[in-house]
Amino acid sequence: MASAAKKPAPQPTKTRKKRSHEPAKAELLDFYRDMLLIRRFEEKAGQLYGMGLIAGFCHLYIGQEAVVVGVQSALDSDDQVITGYRDHGHMLACGMEARGVMAELTGRAAGYSKGKGGSMHMFSREKNFFGGHGIVGAPAPIGAGLAFANRYRGSDAVCVTYFGDGASNQGQVYEAFNMASLWKLPVVFVIENNQYAMGTSVARASAETEFSKRGISFEIPGEQVDGMDVLAVRKAAHKAIERARAGDGPYILEMKTYRYRGHSMSDPAKYRTREEVQDVREHHDPIEMLKKRLLDAGHATEDSLKAIEKEVREVVNDAAEFSQSSPEPEPDELWTDVLVEARRS
Amino acid sequence: MTDILMPALSPTMEEGTLAKWLVKEGDTVKPGDVIAEIETDKATMEVEAVDEGVISKLVVPAGTEGVKINAVIARLDGDDETPSSKPNGGATPEPRAETKDEPAPAQAKATNNGHRLRAPEQAPQDAHEPASLKDPDLPEDTTYTKTHVRDALRDAIAEEMRRDETVFLMGEEVAQYQGAYKVSRGLLEEFGDRRVIDTPITEYGFAGLGVGAAFAGLRPVVEFMTFNFAMQAIDHIINSAAKTLYMSGGQMGCPMVFRGPNGAASRVAAQHSQDYSSWYAHVPGLKVIAPYDAADAKGLLKAAIRDPNPVVFLEHELMYGEQFDVPDIEDFVLPIGKARIRRQGDGVTLVAHSRMVKFALEAAEELAKEGIEAEVIDLRTLRPLDTATVIESVKKTNRIVTCEEGWRTFGVGAEIAAVVTEQAFDYLDAPPLRVTQKDVPLPYAANLEKLSLPHTADIIEAAKKVCYREQA
Ligand SMILES: Cc1ncc(C[n+]2csc(CCOP(=O)(O)OP(=O)(O)O)c2C)c(N)n1
Ligand SMILES: [Mg+2]
Repeated sequence: MASAAKKPAPQPTKTRKKRSHEPAKAELLDFYRDMLLIRRFEEKAGQLYGMGLIAGFCHLYIGQEAVVVGVQSALDSDDQVITGYRDHGHMLACGMEARGVMAELTGRAAGYSKGKGGSMHMFSREKNFFGGHGIVGAPAPIGAGLAFANRYRGSDAVCVTYFGDGASNQGQVYEAFNMASLWKLPVVFVIENNQYAMGTSVARASAETEFSKRGISFEIPGEQVDGMDVLAVRKAAHKAIERARAGDGPYILEMKTYRYRGHSMSDPAKYRTREEVQDVREHHDPIEMLKKRLLDAGHATEDSLKAIEKEVREVVNDAAEFSQSSPEPEPDELWTDVLVEARRS
Repeated sequence: MTDILMPALSPTMEEGTLAKWLVKEGDTVKPGDVIAEIETDKATMEVEAVDEGVISKLVVPAGTEGVKINAVIARLDGDDETPSSKPNGGATPEPRAETKDEPAPAQAKATNNGHRLRAPEQAPQDAHEPASLKDPDLPEDTTYTKTHVRDALRDAIAEEMRRDETVFLMGEEVAQYQGAYKVSRGLLEEFGDRRVIDTPITEYGFAGLGVGAAFAGLRPVVEFMTFNFAMQAIDHIINSAAKTLYMSGGQMGCPMVFRGPNGAASRVAAQHSQDYSSWYAHVPGLKVIAPYDAADAKGLLKAAIRDPNPVVFLEHELMYGEQFDVPDIEDFVLPIGKARIRRQGDGVTLVAHSRMVKFALEAAEELAKEGIEAEVIDLRTLRPLDTATVIESVKKTNRIVTCEEGWRTFGVGAEIAAVVTEQAFDYLDAPPLRVTQKDVPLPYAANLEKLSLPHTADIIEAAKKVCYREQA
């Protein structure tokens, strides 16, 4: 593999959808719907947690919706996605069913991991979503490995690997950067800089606070992106993904974003002021900003957006109901899936 | 009309205090507005409105303690067009298995005297003398203070930091955030940021940095947010901390403590719930401690900090909120390597450590009702293991059940069973039995998690089996 850097660009393994940097009206409305779905889904999850129906750790994505929706819009169905434990939004954006995600949150058999993984550990082979990982930093080398497999097979699929500002200080991230660059792996590292790792602000944990520069000593280029602006995200992601697809190696996208809620459900959030949160909510909310854009451009009316809202609420309420009415896993499930059993023919 | 319910605000919360209302009846609220402050078992939290509407009634007045989760705390007149504003009618919360901050078991009182005071320097090589139930070294007139396990740990660190300038605490969120589980509450204020140090999320790095500081003569206390994350650091714990004294022919000591919660928390699934007792207890060059109650937590952590060796100190998240008596003795230090008999009996020996001691004591009470007097041994230290106390007990009871939260295969119970068969084979009237977690990664679903973890009933069943009693 050491000579991979000199190999010609991989051959397209599937007919790629043509995308422009600037999405058209229909796609903008999709962005709106997708972001709203994540927002409402997460609000509902928070509510169910409050009622004791979801337990353990539950990390909400509220505020960061534009990142995953913008990036996902630049991916094809054979591209892979991997992230950490703040993963509900990523799964919805990958097209995983709200029902199956919510049912996993309530620990039911119909959940994506049969109730055995919970909020932080969900997967979908079908949607090329590789988790859902509870250990900070772990997605970086695993994502590089997914990209390695693409390269190995001669496919031109790309792996998008998400992790946080806090995770960016993990040693394994740099080991992954080095190999990804050395072997020109088709991976895009998306650093979701929401400015805090639990109660620790970026400035208190990071010597270099511009994460887009973290690849410099590995010759991985990067850029900062306004992660609250779904169009800016889409544009940057499109470029980075196409670059990786063409065989030019990894890229770092630092998404400047913000989480509105606590780190998990039990975070008293004393490390920042309410005003700070309120300011982002009022002036930089990704959904409100897109809404204004849609209205100003005449792509939508208050009424047509209300109709989207209604449809989204129905999906979320249906998922919530499903997640409570479906049964818990059968006791026998305790013993399944520990090892792959050799199949008898 | 929508009911606003008392929310669960942490994995271990069952009830809380409604400290303060930030809205009054008649106020209009929208999603995200802070409406109340609630004190949980860990912290004071703000509660945000989920729905839009007008507060029509504050049902629970400010200052009310012990409000159960899901109790109606206020009513909201909302916009009925938004269907999500209805809490899911009739939904009842899952029973939160094993998450309760149960009151200290009745036995706790009776075991206050079980401590042996000894200078830790005279390491307990003389572990042949079995631990006694009554500790002669603890004066009759000793008084006790009810203390949460988390505070006992904090007190131990604080006392050692006052006593020895080379002791410092380092880890994720230990300083400004006051500890992810609030163990280090108040330490930053007392000792400042030179000695109470927030690290980035770099376990491998700061564990190694701690080893370097210890080589240079400091006494680091390295906190892992949980031992699950210490897997990234295990290379330094074993290859750098545990082996260097030996490899340097005795020149390089590594006087430090690696500590944090170990074992299953509540509903956090496989990557966040694992018992590492047997992992570390396997390694020569380490000492490994896993206390059960607050007094042992304090006395043994102080001993660990003073010990000239690397010590792995395994706490338990689900014990942090439990209260026990801690003796009001200045400089209360306990010997490492000494088990403690928590209950005497001659029917069967139950060996446990950490949170499993609680279940063993419960099982013993139940067994007593059926005429089986169990002797409960709390190992407290896993390495060096106090085998003498275990063997002595087995010679009396002729039966043994080991209880641990970890996996069965190659576990603590396997080691004890081996020691007992090697050293007391002729005394055994039944094969040793092991109560353990099921041999699977811990599942998330409430019912499966419960099936997977060992409980009191499993210990009772195993004890009856080694006593050849009919199962009910
Ligand atoms: C190796 C490891 N150490 C510590 C933790 C505990 N932990 C979970 S999330 C987190 C903060 C991560 O922050 P960041 O990477 O910025 O992601 P964000 O939560 O902001 O999305 C920490 C310390 C963990 N899960 N894994
Ligand atoms: Mg962050």
